[in-house]
Amino acid sequence: MTTTPLAPASEEALAEIIRDHAARRAPLVIRGGGTRPVGPPLDGEVLTTTALSGVTLYEPGALTLVAAAGTPLAEIEALLTEHGQRLAFEPMDHRPLLGTAGTPTIGGVVAANVSGPRRIEAGACRDTLLGARFVNGKGEILKSGGRVMKNVTGYDLARLMAGARGTLGVLTEVSFKVLPAPETEATLVARGHDAHRAVALLSKALGSPWRVGGAGYLPADLAGGTSETRIRIEGREDSVRARGEKLVRHLGGDWEMVRAEESAALWRELREVLPFVGHDGAVWRISLKPTDGPVLLDLLGQDGLAHHAFLDWGGGLVWLVTPDTGDAGAAIIRGHLAALGGHATLVRASENTRRTVPVFHPEPPRLAALARGLRHRFDPAGILNPGLMDPAPAPLTEHA
Amino acid sequence: MELPAPDPSILARRDAILARLRQAVGAEGLITDPVETRAYECDALSAYRCPPMAVVLPKSTEEVARIMRICHEEGVPVTPRGSGTSLAGGALPTADSIILGTSRLNRVLEVDYDNRFIRVEAGRTNLSVTQEVESDGFFYAPDPSSQLACAIAGNIAMNSGGAHCLKYGVTVNNLLGVKMVMADGEIVEIGGPWADLPGYDWLALVTGSEGQLGIVTEAVLRILPRPEGARPILLAFPSNEIAGACVADIIRAGILPVAIEFMDRPVLEAVERFVGAGYPECEALLIVEVEGSEEEIDTELARIRAIAETHDPIEIREARDEADAARIWAGRKSAFGAMGQINDYICLDGTIPVSRLPDVLKGIGDLARKYDLGVGNVFHAGDGNMHPLILYDANDPEEFARAEAMGAEVLRLCVEAGGCLTGEHGVGVEKRELMPAQFSRADLEAQMDVKDVFDPNWILNPAKVFPLTLSAPRRERRRPGAAAGADSPPAPPGQAA
Repeated sequence: MTTTPLAPASEEALAEIIRDHAARRAPLVIRGGGTRPVGPPLDGEVLTTTALSGVTLYEPGALTLVAAAGTPLAEIEALLTEHGQRLAFEPMDHRPLLGTAGTPTIGGVVAANVSGPRRIEAGACRDTLLGARFVNGKGEILKSGGRVMKNVTGYDLARLMAGARGTLGVLTEVSFKVLPAPETEATLVARGHDAHRAVALLSKALGSPWRVGGAGYLPADLAGGTSETRIRIEGREDSVRARGEKLVRHLGGDWEMVRAEESAALWRELREVLPFVGHDGAVWRISLKPTDGPVLLDLLGQDGLAHHAFLDWGGGLVWLVTPDTGDAGAAIIRGHLAALGGHATLVRASENTRRTVPVFHPEPPRLAALARGLRHRFDPAGILNPGLMDPAPAPLTEHA
Repeated sequence: MELPAPDPSILARRDAILARLRQAVGAEGLITDPVETRAYECDALSAYRCPPMAVVLPKSTEEVARIMRICHEEGVPVTPRGSGTSLAGGALPTADSIILGTSRLNRVLEVDYDNRFIRVEAGRTNLSVTQEVESDGFFYAPDPSSQLACAIAGNIAMNSGGAHCLKYGVTVNNLLGVKMVMADGEIVEIGGPWADLPGYDWLALVTGSEGQLGIVTEAVLRILPRPEGARPILLAFPSNEIAGACVADIIRAGILPVAIEFMDRPVLEAVERFVGAGYPECEALLIVEVEGSEEEIDTELARIRAIAETHDPIEIREARDEADAARIWAGRKSAFGAMGQINDYICLDGTIPVSRLPDVLKGIGDLARKYDLGVGNVFHAGDGNMHPLILYDANDPEEFARAEAMGAEVLRLCVEAGGCLTGEHGVGVEKRELMPAQFSRADLEAQMDVKDVFDPNWILNPAKVFPLTLSAPRRERRRPGAAAGADSPPAPPGQAA
């Protein structure tokens, strides 16, 4: 049924489309660049924000950037680079992992709250989000937050939109706190440790005053035969060198210091989940207490769940690939998380698996009821990505 | 400032309600004596006062749940209170409400350095959280100036900031999880010592919701390793404009100081008289602090000095050691006290884009002349969080009314400049009626929809944040004894029931 996506060129036109669809109870599939189709398959007419494009305000001296939701991420990153600044949360590009084409947009980054390895130091996408404009499911144009660093005026609906994946409203404009980009970076690499030892070292580094901006671990099977424990340091040249030396003394053992471009490639590998590109299977993204990262991997091994895995965020982010059969390991993984704490998202799997396994981690009943309550208030006709954020598998649409 | 008239049906049932509460928390957890409840009739915005019906001081999450179940069943409004340091009237009760204070919920439950978090009961004071971990080289970053007294529960309710936000963020950036009691008494847990939430960002909604969505009883807070060192540099300028331009240039150069504090001439004169800070004669003074190793600090301060020198400074004073640093900070830290020596003051906290500092400062000066009131500015320049202090005589009702009117105009000026009404104090009752200056009717209705979902009967801190006439239809829906439970509308099509 889908032909050309609806691509309104103004906030008002977008609101009009939503009002029209709400009146007909006709579902919409909300999209930025369409590069991150995480979630169950959705039915409905595609609505993209790509025609709402452009940086509307950039004040390097105030560390502030405001952009229309459909602005290509690459355009924003290029502009920031020109002024020696960046989006500190280091958003992942999902295209290699998901095999998607298209142009990632800043609105898509916010809607999915996409953050990379630097999240452990700089916070998530939502942490640097200062404000947002969006259209709810009733076609009302709303705003929350603004363009200033500190703002406690009213409820934080802007951050509520981050990670809500278009189910409460369609983002039209977002504003960010940006940060200075460092002069250079380096990575300390230690080889041959097991996951427990690696996370102990990463914890020790993250608990030191030397500002670690990346802490990951690739086991032997994904690192060409010898495991790698990686620690990233960023800043001015002399500071990076000095902190690197202090960290090596603090941690003990053998560490190689990898510099500049070569260092950046190590983090691109973790950020874009390159070890799992071209690797068949279901891909899970699991957030948990950092020291529980290796514990979970042990438990999965004891259960006999075939998998490969690597760690980011000092052990607190597990990227896991499992066979894409049955529930792709959902019951086992989520069973352990019920005891350990944390949550697992099924980022990549066949359509069939995504129809039957809840892609997003089920919430306790009261929180799930609050989520339904919010959706009912923000999208009473149930037209914004219906079924995407429900813990139950998406029902087939009955109102096309 | 108006409070809704107390509900006579609640006042009529006072004794029965208090008996139920006494049964739930014991006699030592309930204060009903009018002399004692007096201590709870206001918070740090002491111009507004109203004694509550009673004060309940639970000592466990389960007791909080019991209290909330009773209030839900009886339809009694609940005014949550941390330490009562709100400058916006966030903890101001109504006569038909009970105060639910967190002061006896103050235990440390877990400290985990490997995973860099601390779990505490929410009544614990902000500073005591840092004190718990500082001997091991860690700290909790948000540091509001009331940190000696203010509670984590209040910090979460108001999304408190502090002097070091530019680098470390505010409460919402440092809160990993909460245990919370819903308006009907159900206990929920949100988040934990890991990153992000699986669904909607409940933590972001709760943080800064001014106690209107639930009672937070426990918090998981991110702790950070303390930097090797920190030292300030003092920069004195002949005008606010030049100081403002210097702030922008420092940031544009890629330096991220941990704090940039700004004081204007009226404040500088006051601190000179009060503590003899020994600051240079100037129109505007910046204190810029950087962190790191000795070498890093030297390098960064040299870069800041070089930038400042392009702005014709009157004087630059770099701290060489801790004693120097303490001298530079002494005046800033006494600024509020110094202004208080001159007169009573209203402390505003509108936030503006940093680029608008000079013209907003000028606008505030113009308003002070128009209203014939003294005003001083001391604020966090790095993040644009203004703190104009409007001086008035508390014994002169006419002057107080003038100060309030001027405050409202200053905040409108902040909004017009692209900023907001409040950066870290919250809306409370103080800025409630000004919300339409920043938000449309639809914006505010959407926020009130969120409250409906969490607290359908509007018993949690009901007369705050939203203009009274706007919230009235929702507040008045409340019926004593009407147990409405969760928001349970008919399931919209396409959703699993």
